[in-house]
Amino acid sequence: MAENQITGAGITFENVGKAFPQKGGGTVNALENVSLTVEPGTITGIIGRSGAGKSTLLRMVNGLEQPTSGTVTVAGHDVGRAGAAELRRIRRDVGMIFQHFNLLSSRTVYENVALPLEIAGTPAREIKGRVDDLVARVGLEQLAKRYPAELSGGQKQRVGIARALATQPKVLLSDEATSALDPETTQTVLDLLADINRDLGLTILLITHEMAVVRDIASHVAVIDGGRIVEQGATYDIFTAPQHATTRSFLSGVTGVTLPRFIADQMSATRPTGPAREVIRITFVGENATDPLLARMSEELGLQVNILAGAIEEIGTRPFGNLLISVDATRADEARAYLQNHDQRTEVLGYVG
Amino acid sequence: MSANLINMLMEATWQTVYMVAVATVIGAVFGIPIGVFLACSQRGELLSAPLVNKVLGVIVNATRSVPFIILVVSIIPVTRFIAGTSIGTTAAIVPLTIAAIPFIGRLVENAIREVDSGLIEAARAMGATPMQIIRKVLIPEALPGITLGLTLAVVSLIGYSAMVGAVGGEGLGDLGIRYGYQRFMPSVMLAVVVILIVMVQLVQTAGEFLARRVDKRAPRNRGR
Repeated sequence: MAENQITGAGITFENVGKAFPQKGGGTVNALENVSLTVEPGTITGIIGRSGAGKSTLLRMVNGLEQPTSGTVTVAGHDVGRAGAAELRRIRRDVGMIFQHFNLLSSRTVYENVALPLEIAGTPAREIKGRVDDLVARVGLEQLAKRYPAELSGGQKQRVGIARALATQPKVLLSDEATSALDPETTQTVLDLLADINRDLGLTILLITHEMAVVRDIASHVAVIDGGRIVEQGATYDIFTAPQHATTRSFLSGVTGVTLPRFIADQMSATRPTGPAREVIRITFVGENATDPLLARMSEELGLQVNILAGAIEEIGTRPFGNLLISVDATRADEARAYLQNHDQRTEVLGYVG
Repeated sequence: MSANLINMLMEATWQTVYMVAVATVIGAVFGIPIGVFLACSQRGELLSAPLVNKVLGVIVNATRSVPFIILVVSIIPVTRFIAGTSIGTTAAIVPLTIAAIPFIGRLVENAIREVDSGLIEAARAMGATPMQIIRKVLIPEALPGITLGLTLAVVSLIGYSAMVGAVGGEGLGDLGIRYGYQRFMPSVMLAVVVILIVMVQLVQTAGEFLARRVDKRAPRNRGR
């Protein structure tokens, strides 16, 4: 498909609100005052719990939901105010994949991928070449004549991806596309999405409740809670310096750095009298993330450091580490100053006697 | 059983097949669009027309609540207008068809409502028009259900066709009443019942076979 270079389109949400009428009068706000800019060609993740409004937000991009206030713009088109015919044109520029794949059971893999082209009125002789390319791109040449019921979940999602790319969209929306898949399959589908983003340059906006999905492929992330975006930015920044409690709780699931229970149980927020150790969280970022910084600190300050928990991960290709350590409380100031001088973030979690 | 009787049975079988076949075809031609419309026209649906949907629903229910034998005699003027006569086998097709249309309509509506709403959403997201969604998504996906619905309709119409003797329609039911019952010829009655059983079995088996053929939802062994 190299000859068909697609370039991504930007998406903007400006003060978007969505109120649903409730039974017995009144309304419930699914989204309030959401502003978000998705840069062309990026992979942006929207993460939130179920009911947070992320699905509603995503569906506004292709007009499956209309905002009750504010504007949603895709490639310069105001989606919320588009008429039926214009909306259908916009939708051909916006592919979508779904958690439950939504493939037609009555059509083969080939025919499913051909459907958006038939709908767009593409001449039959063009459809054949395009569908063959797409089926090959997602690695399903051998299965082109099979029906969805004969495929595994990962294969079905590949068909969904090929179908979403059929009309050469500028934006791909992913509605929890890996939530029904096992971890291994999730990884292959995410890799495929990352490849497509890189090769075709199209913008991917995905919603998920799994921080691991964001970590693996998204360059930008917005955290949504109770219908509002509580935090947004580059994925690396959000992972290394989360500001909001919701973000932290999502991160605790994925970074795997929590205090061992036996320490958490005896930890107090204030420093007890007598000998005590201070528990510190260090976030290693940037170039120093892989340096043996703790060993050097221990050596230079002559300080005993206990490592309680830790992990080093990659976001994109940039490493970052999370370490929980304890040091003698009387010398903790020195240790924190040393780490901060080396550009590391520290956070005092508490004390153990 | 005399050769004459056998001829009568064969002729009656043909008449039943003729009435039921014509009524099914015309019933499907009108009933399928009605069913599709009923399934897609409630508030907020693809062809949202809540008022028309309600009115059509009431008409369908009204037609379906009239017992068939009463429908046959009460629409005699309509029958005469359409068929040119109100008696005979061809005339009997009119009430059979009028009973078939709303019945098939409801069966098709149910089959279409079974289609996963996620597929409609996917098609909308592709930029499909409501008519494209109906033609390319709803009807193909509902085809196994529609096939079974039509099978059920044919079986019901075979039963209904036994009552058209009331307006001079012939066929197996009429033969059974006039010879088997009124002239007390149990062998004729038995033959009529056996033919009807075989006919219904054949229709049901064929319908289920076709429904399985068009149903790609269940994984099957494809010669692997």
